[in-house]
Amino acid sequence: MAAGPMKMRASVNGGVTDIRVLMTHPMETGQRKDQDGKLVPMHFIQNVTVKLNGKTVVESQISQGVSRNPVFSFRVKGGARGDKVEVSWVDNQGESNRTETAIA
Amino acid sequence: MDRLRRTVVAALGAALLKPWAVLAAWNKEAFGAKTAPEALKGIGAVGAAPSKDIVIDVPQIAENGAVVPVEITSNIPGTKSLSVLVDKNPFPLVAKFDFMEGALPFVKVNVKMGETSDVRVIAEAGGKHYVATKEVKVTIGGCGG
Repeated sequence: MAAGPMKMRASVNGGVTDIRVLMTHPMETGQRKDQDGKLVPMHFIQNVTVKLNGKTVVESQISQGVSRNPVFSFRVKGGARGDKVEVSWVDNQGESNRTETAIA
Repeated sequence: MDRLRRTVVAALGAALLKPWAVLAAWNKEAFGAKTAPEALKGIGAVGAAPSKDIVIDVPQIAENGAVVPVEITSNIPGTKSLSVLVDKNPFPLVAKFDFMEGALPFVKVNVKMGETSDVRVIAEAGGKHYVATKEVKVTIGGCGG
């Protein structure tokens, strides 16, 4: 399975913005064998960055220990309806993806 | 040619001035560690003080080790980062989150667990490290995929 699209939702409630993001990614550990008994090479997201209106708010490093098709929730103080949230990732094979949404 | 040389020199200079930028990319040493103590050493969290202000919300029993929801919050003032380790996984360090510019020290993430293990959370605040753990019993391991 190759890396695929992302989905994100952001909403502000009581002065705190809730961000929920889903990434489509196999997150291969390098320990799983395919049907022919060959090890599937490691393939996993290493960096996830969250930006609010262009400013980095969360910088994360993750491993193959995160589940397949990772889902994250983050919370940021402040943010208003219409503000821009952007999430991007980079994996160990140099693939990357990003998505952005306006706070609802 | 001169322009190329200037670009190369500038790039080298930037790399020398910002060695942390390279380190921050992905902590190979810590993520490659095969035991929890080694991973803790890799993130500089040896001798972390136990804290009840780190809240770990995990299921007591996980039927499927491939997807174990972990929700963590630090109530320690000035928490700058949170790290998650699954002690008995082949590579215990699962994630490290750095919070800045108003981000709350909270995160929810799904992790893989090969077997019943402690989930260990390290919070970094004011240059000190704090730790809390919670055990999750795993019925079916999830490290094969």
